[in-house]
Amino acid sequence: MSDLQSLENQILAAIAGAADEAALESVRVAALGKKGSISELLKTLGGMSPDERKIQGPLFNTLRDRVNDAIAARKSALGDEALNARLAFERIDVTLPARPEPQGTIHPVSQVLDEVIAIFADLGFAIAEGPDVEFDDYNFTKLNIPPDHPARQMHDTFYVAPQADGSRHVLRTHTSPVQVRTMLAQKPPIRIIAPGRTYRVDSDATHSPMFHQFEGLVIDEVTHLGHLKWVMEEFCKAFFEVDSVVMRARPSFFPFTEPSVEFDIRCDRSGGQIKFGQGNDWLEIAGSGMVNPHVLEMCGIDPTRYQGFAFGGGLDRLAMLKYGIGDLRPMFESDLRWLRHYGFAPLDIPTLDGGLSR
Amino acid sequence: MKFTLSWLKEHLDTEADAAAIAETLTSIGLEVESVEDKSAALKDFIVGYVVSAEKHPNADKLKLCMVDTGTETVQVVCGAPNAHTGMKGVFARPGVVIPVNGEALKIGTIRGVESRGMLCSEREILLSEEHDGIIELPVDAKTGSPAAEALGLNDPVIDVSITPNRGDATSVHGIARDLAAAGIGRLKSGSVSPVAGAFPSPKKVHLNFTPDTASTCSLFAGRYIRNVKNGPSPKWVQERLRAIGLRPISALVDVTNLISYDRGRPLHVFDADKLSGDMQARLAKDGEQLTALDGKTYTLDSSMCVIADEKSARGIGGIMGGEDTGCTEITTNVFVESAFFDPASIAATGRKLGIISDARYRFERGVDPEFVIPGLDLATKLILEFCGGEPSEIVVGGAVPQWRRKLSFSTDAVMRLAGLDVPKPEIFRILTNLGFVVEQCEPLQVTPPSWRSDIDGSADLVEEVVRIHGLDKVPSAPMSRPNVIARPVLTPAQRRLRTVRRTLAARGFNETISFSFIARNHAALFGGGDDARQIENPIAADLDALRPSLLPSLLAAAARNQARGISDLMFFEIGAQFESGMPGAQKTVAAGIRMGAGARSWTKTSHASDAFDAKADMLAAIEAAMGGTMTAPVKAGAAAWYHPGRSGTLALGPKTLAYFGELHPKIAAAFDLKGPLAAFEIFLDAIPESKAKSKARPLFAPSPFQSVERDFAFVVDSKTSADEVLKAAKGAERALIDSVSVFDIYEGKGVPEGKKSLAISVRLQPKDKTLTDAEIEAIGQKIVAAVTKTTGGTLRT
Repeated sequence: MSDLQSLENQILAAIAGAADEAALESVRVAALGKKGSISELLKTLGGMSPDERKIQGPLFNTLRDRVNDAIAARKSALGDEALNARLAFERIDVTLPARPEPQGTIHPVSQVLDEVIAIFADLGFAIAEGPDVEFDDYNFTKLNIPPDHPARQMHDTFYVAPQADGSRHVLRTHTSPVQVRTMLAQKPPIRIIAPGRTYRVDSDATHSPMFHQFEGLVIDEVTHLGHLKWVMEEFCKAFFEVDSVVMRARPSFFPFTEPSVEFDIRCDRSGGQIKFGQGNDWLEIAGSGMVNPHVLEMCGIDPTRYQGFAFGGGLDRLAMLKYGIGDLRPMFESDLRWLRHYGFAPLDIPTLDGGLSR
Repeated sequence: MKFTLSWLKEHLDTEADAAAIAETLTSIGLEVESVEDKSAALKDFIVGYVVSAEKHPNADKLKLCMVDTGTETVQVVCGAPNAHTGMKGVFARPGVVIPVNGEALKIGTIRGVESRGMLCSEREILLSEEHDGIIELPVDAKTGSPAAEALGLNDPVIDVSITPNRGDATSVHGIARDLAAAGIGRLKSGSVSPVAGAFPSPKKVHLNFTPDTASTCSLFAGRYIRNVKNGPSPKWVQERLRAIGLRPISALVDVTNLISYDRGRPLHVFDADKLSGDMQARLAKDGEQLTALDGKTYTLDSSMCVIADEKSARGIGGIMGGEDTGCTEITTNVFVESAFFDPASIAATGRKLGIISDARYRFERGVDPEFVIPGLDLATKLILEFCGGEPSEIVVGGAVPQWRRKLSFSTDAVMRLAGLDVPKPEIFRILTNLGFVVEQCEPLQVTPPSWRSDIDGSADLVEEVVRIHGLDKVPSAPMSRPNVIARPVLTPAQRRLRTVRRTLAARGFNETISFSFIARNHAALFGGGDDARQIENPIAADLDALRPSLLPSLLAAAARNQARGISDLMFFEIGAQFESGMPGAQKTVAAGIRMGAGARSWTKTSHASDAFDAKADMLAAIEAAMGGTMTAPVKAGAAAWYHPGRSGTLALGPKTLAYFGELHPKIAAAFDLKGPLAAFEIFLDAIPESKAKSKARPLFAPSPFQSVERDFAFVVDSKTSADEVLKAAKGAERALIDSVSVFDIYEGKGVPEGKKSLAISVRLQPKDKTLTDAEIEAIGQKIVAAVTKTTGGTLRT
């Protein structure tokens, strides 16, 4: 074995044996430093004859390159080892729970309201609003509810104490006064729905003193009962997200409509769940009818020229039916567990293109 | 309103069964609540003939019966003491489900003897609680025939809900008329022959009213019948009344109940021997008392009509008779009253006194004024039939009120209003069958019958035609689309509300909806609780005030949840707060509370809810609603229910947009809430509308030059607000300063007493060249000078 070969072996062994970067550095200095063994060898080239140099030069240079490469390789390996050791040290328990974030929810009544709006907006119904405290005149008189009507009694209607000017107002018992306000403010054609809070002196397992209704009103020169029927059918299909519903129209009575109609849909309530389009039960969906000519007249609309329909339903009731909520009263009790259970994700915005619900 | 099928068939000639009739009733506006058919539940039970009943060979108390079922004779072991040879009973074959326990009957062996069926007690087929013996059917019942028939239970009971406008449908006859018009049969005549009086009535009747109150009772007819013999009414009357849930009392009383249901004509029979002198209808005296037939004593007032004799009130007119003058077993002379009362007066009196009676039910819906006298004759006829006796002539006060009116009816209205094409002859037929008198011309001249006071115009007549012709025949007609592609319909305010709702929920809030009325003492804590916002008739004592803020609702909800062991929650509600009790004096508010410190976690990232959480919530909601940055300044302090030093108000000029902060400890204490509590109230109506005229965004023009950040720490007075420092710094070189933010605040060692160190970071964004160090230095000096000038602060070195 030549001296050169033995030097190389010795240096490579030292590189391989370097345990860390500092040791490797001393090996490098010992071989390639100013006074290193290879540097010393290279210095001897100057004293050689050209022929000798031609032979020894490449040998020395190759040796130097190989040692350089070996050092670089060892350095990289040492780096990886150190990194791996650090990464191993940095290990965390990924089964620990993530940082807690509160999960907000939308109340089912708000969600259902957005669903109802999405459907009626497509048919060009605007959203009309009115105050919770209402004039007796708008809540009753202009809706053809006579002064002695039972609905006006304190048994049924909340009254606000007399005001400074002596006036005495009611908490609206239905959303129908918004019809009155709309007709007084706007000339036909009218197409609105009016959702909102309503109040009645009633509290038991199925009644709450405050609840939500939505009212629909269409006034123009041509709209008749057939249109009402169509709207009810289309609404139910869209709202309950079913291909077909079987509906029943029943003659009924409301002071503010004539003729008056109640709509039921066929369903199956066996097994605690409601399925539409089958079964033998009928479920009341809305009270409705053609707006009574007296109402039109009292609201400044000529009943010989204009006509139309009105309908009203319960938003809470729709929410209960669609989402299987068994009981009305917890809707307004703000029990966090209930809100989480029945609430909707904030970004589940009902749309007709994406579907009203998941 | 209940009636049986056989009762209906007395007024209606029809082959239709109960199911078909029920369906038609609902379809013509007489909504069927239920059809109770006991025969359906008993369809498997038959009449069994007990050929022999011998002693059981192995048991003293049991009997061994041979029962003929009409097709075979089977052996049955029976424990009933009344089982005897030759009787007929209700027999169940093996396999039949016994109603009392819902189990199918099995072939059994009792004390070694096989039993192949059962003779039933009333309890076993749920007729009553009677279980001492088996049912004994009439001996003429046909062996093997349905037991329900032999029991008289094969008559379905139909219960109809009558709308308040249909007084005429509170009678079986009226319902039959509607059904006949709907083509389900032929109405039988309801005419009543007058019964001649044999002598003048010893009692006269008087109407004692002023012209103003005369309509309270416009007609009062009566008749004296002497020498009657009261007792149980005939079996068919009793069965009929029982079937609809009424208790038979005596023939004289049962006659009035029967006619009330049969004809919708309430009557009253007085024991004439308990009356003094003539009868009168008058208004009650205030405070006048009467013990009615329900045994309760009522205090009357001068708005109520009474039937009185010369001494005192004897009945509450049209509602209930008096107890003292009612008929008993020994009644021999009676005075029968038939009158016409004003529906509104009856409704008001009934409500005031809280009496629900069959008479009130009919009078308040409106009875047929033309049937006052025939009703009296019909009662007379039945009383004579059941109790004998001799009638007087009829005495009458007042007259039948005017009910005739002619309505002009253009038949086109049916198509125009209902979208239903009904031929003119059919319209004529329907109206005529319902009792309307129709003059054939165009437009039709229509006189509604005396029993339809609810009809007053063309729309009512359209309803009559449509409901009888068939509402289901109205074809659905698509509505026009105002725009091919629907346009947005929400107003800006409605859109804002929706955005705020979903923004808050996305921040982790649970939306609640709570009552608009709260406890008055809670309202008072939030600037309310005054008389103007008081509910006169609250549903509960603690729901008696219109809420002046949404926070008390949320805090009460938080307290209820805290009582359930929930200490961390985030609630919000969007709704009205009331400024007074006037319509429209309300604001739409989005209010939220954060209670606690968020969920506990090993990450230790939670912190006690504070004013800055509420500030962030409030700003996020408002900025989402506006679709832009809210630049309005925040002022220290908010409404009285907030912590005075840890709350703020966001206002735009005179308009308050929002309050936020920690709540006043007294408020938390009032609701018994523990732990950190932050809240905000956003007045949605005050949020400015977007003024952007174009949908296009401004041009995106980022500066190509390097931005520079420089930090400064100022020692300022403790009371100096961060806002002042930031504003001053920003104003120092508007063209170059892109943003300024606070990154540290320090008070304590190294900073003089009463001072604080406030560190800000300023970002400079040159637009046309890169800044040199000298330029940056110059701007820094300007910033220091500006802050020093406005706040008196010094640069901390």
